[in-house]
Amino acid sequence: MSIKSYREAVNEAIVQEMRRDETVIIMGEDVKGGMGGSAGVDEAWGGVLGVTKGLVAEFGHDRVLDTPITESGFIGAAAGAAATGLRPVAELMFADFVGVCFDQIFNQAGKFRYMFGGKAVTPLTIRTMYGAGMRAASQHSQCLYPIFTHMPGLKVVLPSSAYEAKGLLIQAIRDDDPVVFFEHKMLYDTTEEVPDEPYTIPFGEANVTREGDDVTIVAFGRMVRFANKVADKLEAEGIGCTVVDPRTTSPLDGDTIIECVEDTGRLVVVDEASPRCNMATDISALVSANAFRALKAPIKMVTPPHTPVPFAPEIEDLYVPSPEKIEAAVREVVGYS
Amino acid sequence: MQLSREELLKAYRDMRLIRDFEERLHVESAAGSIPGFVHLSAGEEASAVGVCMELRKTDCIAATHRGHGHALAKGCDVTSMMKEIFGRRDGMCGGKGGSMHIADLDQGMMGANGIVGGGPPLVCGAALTAKTLKTGGVAVAFFGDGASNQGTVAEAMNLACVWELPVIFCLEDNGYGEATATSFAFRGDQLKRAEGYGMPAVRVNGHDLFEVNEAMREAVERGRNGDGPSFIQCMTHRYYGHFEGDSTAYRAEGEIAKVIEEMDCMMLFRKRVTEASLLEPEQMDEIDAEIAGIIEQAVVDAKASPPPSAADLLTDVYVSY
Repeated sequence: MSIKSYREAVNEAIVQEMRRDETVIIMGEDVKGGMGGSAGVDEAWGGVLGVTKGLVAEFGHDRVLDTPITESGFIGAAAGAAATGLRPVAELMFADFVGVCFDQIFNQAGKFRYMFGGKAVTPLTIRTMYGAGMRAASQHSQCLYPIFTHMPGLKVVLPSSAYEAKGLLIQAIRDDDPVVFFEHKMLYDTTEEVPDEPYTIPFGEANVTREGDDVTIVAFGRMVRFANKVADKLEAEGIGCTVVDPRTTSPLDGDTIIECVEDTGRLVVVDEASPRCNMATDISALVSANAFRALKAPIKMVTPPHTPVPFAPEIEDLYVPSPEKIEAAVREVVGYS
Repeated sequence: MQLSREELLKAYRDMRLIRDFEERLHVESAAGSIPGFVHLSAGEEASAVGVCMELRKTDCIAATHRGHGHALAKGCDVTSMMKEIFGRRDGMCGGKGGSMHIADLDQGMMGANGIVGGGPPLVCGAALTAKTLKTGGVAVAFFGDGASNQGTVAEAMNLACVWELPVIFCLEDNGYGEATATSFAFRGDQLKRAEGYGMPAVRVNGHDLFEVNEAMREAVERGRNGDGPSFIQCMTHRYYGHFEGDSTAYRAEGEIAKVIEEMDCMMLFRKRVTEASLLEPEQMDEIDAEIAGIIEQAVVDAKASPPPSAADLLTDVYVSY
């Protein structure tokens, strides 16, 4: 056990799985960097934010593959390799780039098993970076996980901390279904205690990170940190918050969410994705349909506005659901009468 | 290189199987027996067979939405396919895929594909598996002239060259992408496009099994030797519409009748092997009779098979969930 960053936790998960299983390979744009360059180095970057550093030195060029900037080509190749005997971990540098390779993910990899009558096994992991906060503007900041959650055949994972990232990524790589693994770019430098040995966290089992009597906050990815912060602050005032981190949006642990709402009678859902047809609306529908009588107040959704992610810091900060907005939502549902 | 008598008989048998399979589907589709869309490959048998006869069971192919011929040529079971196309529970894909998603990974058949240009990136993956696991395998991407303009094909060709993958890109150029002629939708030269990515490219008469096969032998040898991808453009014709029910109003009267009369692949094959005394006509007649019986039985079996049950709707989405 030692203190590790989210970035280090992801890297360690990949390294340990590549050691365990020779069919695990990684591919993506600049997961090494420097291929063919005049400097003649094997690894100029190790991933655009350094997540895959050191892999080529240990595993060699046959298992650590840099790709041309052609997402349809290499994400499709990863799907085809997965269906024929490898266990690829493909990196889609930014989740926003799914616009140029979505077919290979949802129409091909995600549907093989069903279309082929249960005979296909596609152990594909797509790692991708998402989320606002880095002043990366509209095409490098989106939270597109609801789109993948919508697609039968795909599993969708949103690790909210370093510990979660390692256990969930090892689970993703060992999983026999296609998994889209969302790494929030603003979490890479967050740290916590992470076991040195490999471990897995099962999909579809929510993590209750705080327990309180007055309101349930369901939050995803980076928003779990914000929700925890709010819960800790309000506890001092005597407002008890239960915080639920579903960990995976597909499969979704609806039971835990419903049980928590039945206990607290109030729900705030915090989702960094655009507000229409996102996880907040999905969870709200789930709770309305299954815990209607338990609700003491209308459900409150904390989301960005229905706009692209802006560039300027002043308005990007307004865009992202903040701890202040979550706190206000909690106070509103607690004060409802 | 001369094909053996056994290879010739097998090639003829496979072409006959595809032709009869497709022609029977044409009849069954018109009769309303088959749900959904059916895209027939009658006329294109020589490219499917000329290519697949060079493949091992473990080599992979990805096909187009016109994929019945590729599947049969790759060794997929005819009855299981027929049942699938009829939407039956014991069909090749449990009645969940149908004509456009016919697949059998155990035979190296990675699927027909409902998405034009969907297959070539997947084939790069199969070739990557072969290369990584050092199996000596190759993988074939069948795609049409319509797909040749898709970005996925361009990306897959580049990737195959960059990673030096054992891929054979087999373009079946039948002159029409749906209802639009290739002469409208494509400009330039397919061979130059492929060569532009850095792979050898050859154009063959897709009606001539021998020409297709010769090109394929060279391509497979390159792939198995680790010399990277190849490109084969098979010039061919589909005898029916884009899908069953297509009026083919875009085609001039008599266009296909002339092709059938002058360059049908079965006719060319028979002529060639008979004139060269490689096979006796009676041997091929026997195959014709045998295949007719197999197709008839497959249809009888398909019609007698049950549809999927309500419970089947919900299974096979995930390995575990």
